[in-house]
Amino acid sequence: MDYIIETHDISKIYGDFKAVDSINLKVPSDSVYGILGPNGAGKTTLISMLCTILHPTSGSATVNGYDVMKDSKEVRKSIGVVFQSRALDDILTGREHLEMHAALYGVPKNLRKQRIEEVLDLIALGEKADEFTKTYSGGMKRRLEIGRGLIHHPKVLFLDEPTLGLDPQTRESIWDYIQKLNQQEDITVLMSTHYMEEADKLCDEIAIINKGHIIKSDSPKNLKHELKADIITMKVDDQEKFLDEAKKLDFIKNIMVVDSEIKMMVESGENLVATLVNFANKNNIMVQSIELDHPNLEDVFINYTGKRIVEGA
Amino acid sequence: MSEWEGIYTIWFREALRYIRYRSRIISSIVTPLLWLLIFGTGLGSAIKFGTGITGSYKAFIFPGIIGQTILFTSIFSGVSVIMDRQYGFLKEIMVAPVRRPSIVFGKALGIGTASIIQGVILLLLSFVVGVHMTPVIFIAAFLLMIPISVGLAGVGLLIATFTDSMEGFNLIMSFIVLPMFLLSGALFPVTGLPSFLQVIVYLDPLTYGVDALRQVIIGYGALPLYESTFVVVGFALFTILLAAILFSKKEQNLM
Repeated sequence: MDYIIETHDISKIYGDFKAVDSINLKVPSDSVYGILGPNGAGKTTLISMLCTILHPTSGSATVNGYDVMKDSKEVRKSIGVVFQSRALDDILTGREHLEMHAALYGVPKNLRKQRIEEVLDLIALGEKADEFTKTYSGGMKRRLEIGRGLIHHPKVLFLDEPTLGLDPQTRESIWDYIQKLNQQEDITVLMSTHYMEEADKLCDEIAIINKGHIIKSDSPKNLKHELKADIITMKVDDQEKFLDEAKKLDFIKNIMVVDSEIKMMVESGENLVATLVNFANKNNIMVQSIELDHPNLEDVFINYTGKRIVEGA
Repeated sequence: MSEWEGIYTIWFREALRYIRYRSRIISSIVTPLLWLLIFGTGLGSAIKFGTGITGSYKAFIFPGIIGQTILFTSIFSGVSVIMDRQYGFLKEIMVAPVRRPSIVFGKALGIGTASIIQGVILLLLSFVVGVHMTPVIFIAAFLLMIPISVGLAGVGLLIATFTDSMEGFNLIMSFIVLPMFLLSGALFPVTGLPSFLQVIVYLDPLTYGVDALRQVIIGYGALPLYESTFVVVGFALFTILLAAILFSKKEQNLM
């Protein structure tokens, strides 16, 4: 297997706080790789180190075969970056942003016009390309930033929370766009996100990260498969009593409380819903609601961390 | 080769931004005119110069007001790096394969261009204060404005590398910009000042810029032209190189 990004125990420590703690990442070429984790998990810090704007405290990383510390200029030439926060100048037009970027990345002058047209086509800015970016919608700004990151034909495109703060419709269109990109271009996409759905839909492989550590990495399918479980979510009137009694039930593989709901990992859950309700009744516990779900990435995350990825969601 | 391209691109963006902010251009022309016409006329009719200086007070402060315009534009544009940082645009530049000094040079030249455009507009308005403009004077003043504006842009960029929010803006105004302007001899002759003040005046780099411009434009200067020019050029080289070094050193803190 060919890895375009590799990190070796890369860490970033601020005082006592380990933002990124000895992460080892291997990103296969031409894949869409997702870094999934809650806010503050260290996703942006990790990406900043990979795109050379932040120096690691220890450890090392290579991108496209170049060391991020020693060959930072070569790394920069190999990558396109879309930052989490907007990086547009509101009194320049979309086209001017692309021209500026092409010049900064040393795209040969005779190729620039053509590349810019190609990108404008891809990101479908239409007539807006020649208007100031302050008139753009959130989705257009994002598309422009992604398109800009592609002008110099990078080997790796970093997307830090590409759909943060966008409405669902725009989010879908950005997803389509990223998928199209990965199919059409010879490019690896490394993206961070805290949307499970996004990671599930787009990524070939995912690293789940929490508190600066990688908890688990695999394809979304395998991760979900690995749980080998269905999720039964229950709401009862006497939670403590239920939790206590439920210890006797050996078909429950894992039990936890998330947002005042009881979540249980079980195998072939459809046969167990009735059993659980009866069990509760027998112990004089009122069942307020019960739900059966097949696992999604959120459950994978909960299984490993005991927490939801987005607090309060 | 590609570094030149980087410098050019950053210069171009800076210049483009300047031209697009029309309100800024207008106010930066109106403000000096107000100084010249109201302050110059008002104070000019109340005071009488000693010997050695010919012409009106308005004409005397004209080079000083050019210096003031360059000072304000250069420093505030340099400080705009802080805004770039806040709006995230600096990251886009920092992650590009361009050396940090090139970013500083491009910025400084872009800011310098904006200041010089303003200076040129004022030169063209010299008839307002009754200064006789010739092509030679124009070119000489133009050439002098280059190191003055680049040097002051360097000061602005240096401030930006040490400040992380625009909250310090008023402090910059009170402790750097206004003192530099008032001490530069833009509004009064620096000869014949009390000696403690004279020392401070000669520590102000803008003093030399204003003196050189005055020498060229109305033929009166406190120092020989070559001396003041030398200081102005040296100051520009010093601030730009220092800004380039510090910008590279502190790049980690600029994100």
